[in-house]
Amino acid sequence: MSKKMDERKFTCIMCPLGCEVTVKSDDAGRIIELIGANCPKGEKYIKEEFSTPKRVLTTTVAVERSEISRLPVRTSDFIPKDKIFDCMTVLSKAKVKAPVKISDIVIENILGLGVDVVATRALK
Amino acid sequence: MKKISTDLIVIGAGPGGMAAALKASEMGIKNILLVDRLEELGGILQQCIHNGFGLQKFEKDLTGPEYADHYINLIKKTNIEVLLHSMAIEITKDKKVILSNNIDGLIEVSAKAIVLAMGCRERTRQQVSIPGTRPAGIFTAGVAQRFVNIEGYMPGKSVVVVGSGDIGMIMARRMTLEGAKVHAVTEILPYAGGLTRNIVQCLEDYQIPLHLNHNVINICGKDRVTGVKIAKIDSNGDPTNETFDIECDTLLFSVGLIPENELSRMVPLDINPVTGGPYIDDTYHTGNDGIFICGNAAFVNDLADYVSLEGEIAGEAAAKYALYGNRPNSRIPTIAGDNVRFIVPNFITRQDQVTLYVRVTEPITDVRVISTDGIVNLKKQIVKPSEMVEIKLDSDKLKKISQLKELKIDVKKNG
Repeated sequence: MSKKMDERKFTCIMCPLGCEVTVKSDDAGRIIELIGANCPKGEKYIKEEFSTPKRVLTTTVAVERSEISRLPVRTSDFIPKDKIFDCMTVLSKAKVKAPVKISDIVIENILGLGVDVVATRALK
Repeated sequence: MKKISTDLIVIGAGPGGMAAALKASEMGIKNILLVDRLEELGGILQQCIHNGFGLQKFEKDLTGPEYADHYINLIKKTNIEVLLHSMAIEITKDKKVILSNNIDGLIEVSAKAIVLAMGCRERTRQQVSIPGTRPAGIFTAGVAQRFVNIEGYMPGKSVVVVGSGDIGMIMARRMTLEGAKVHAVTEILPYAGGLTRNIVQCLEDYQIPLHLNHNVINICGKDRVTGVKIAKIDSNGDPTNETFDIECDTLLFSVGLIPENELSRMVPLDINPVTGGPYIDDTYHTGNDGIFICGNAAFVNDLADYVSLEGEIAGEAAAKYALYGNRPNSRIPTIAGDNVRFIVPNFITRQDQVTLYVRVTEPITDVRVISTDGIVNLKKQIVKPSEMVEIKLDSDKLKKISQLKELKIDVKKNG
């Protein structure tokens, strides 16, 4: 029986070249072949993008008693890419009261991911 | 009218103006006035809540407000006088600036030196001549960014982004995160206007299609946008008969930026038609003695980090001018050669170190960035209009350049 093989395309962002890389994998999600990555740094990035893509999430939350109505926030570290919308759902219900200091924790250990959501500016 | 005099006035408190004021303060200038028309320091950084700032300058991945906060804290520790909610409405060649605000009315400031740091404005639908009706729901990407990130309003639910500039792509992601459906980003050129990082993390991450060689050729809707017609563009840049329609209630334009130079024209400063900013030397000194300019008011930069670096150079030079009042009299012009849209600064005067920035006309692989005399000779795997080429000149090279009539830079394909 022939094994099912998956093919996914990625654009490398490690340098301005922006190589188009194709990743071939087996049905267990193991990489069989990596085509088009031209350097070790790119190869490492693509492997990570394939197996565990991570992003920093930046957004805003509602803020009361402040001169502006939204407080900008970020995750203190990377979160898995597929948790972005789950985090947005949590943050859409969050509300903080001014004053706020930069780096104040808005939500501790969001969704148990081991990452905090912190304020990225001060508000009086 | 209230009259004050100062050593240095900096107009605009974004990443360029704040860096300029701080550097001038470090140089020992006592009286520095930093003015901005907004209600707080930081300029456009405050609405750029995404990360990617500071990677060059601080080797840290900061958001716009965090990047601004770094400078705001440093400014608080100095005796720089900050005047907010105040608009510079007039400027003269002998360095008088008229400010307007709702407390003092008009203020006349006489300065020994001026740093202009007004930044840039977005091009609008009118400037790219898109036909159709004039309904509600049409915004520039930066205006939508302010609505969403600061005011807390969503400009619409069903969106098409016209143009693939960085802010357009960043807003495509932002609107998606906030629950809108972003149907497409169109780009008239065969390549994206913004950084590859943003194509991947703002569009590909959210399966937002990027239609290269496509443009909106009609906007529909009476009271509110109801949809757009999009056409494939041929190699002459003209729309073809290959079209499709998208229903949407909102259009965001991200079709380029224009340096904001109403004040510069009043001086008057000679404006370079290619960059949209005044001609400058390598200390960011304009043609008018004592008036300096930095950041996106001088030419549109790729990164806030570059803007701050220019601000530092302009701030240092303006401080020296305020103290000693002289400028170098010999200067070597820089000339844009093959495949170069512009090269800045326009004149070389310094002997220690200079960074030139080159914006190419189109993406080209495997090139050399060279000067006719061979003093500059850089090999690049790729050059793109979205990412300026930096040319760093040390004192050895500058010594050789000082013997030239001009420094002409070509970008040539290898072989």
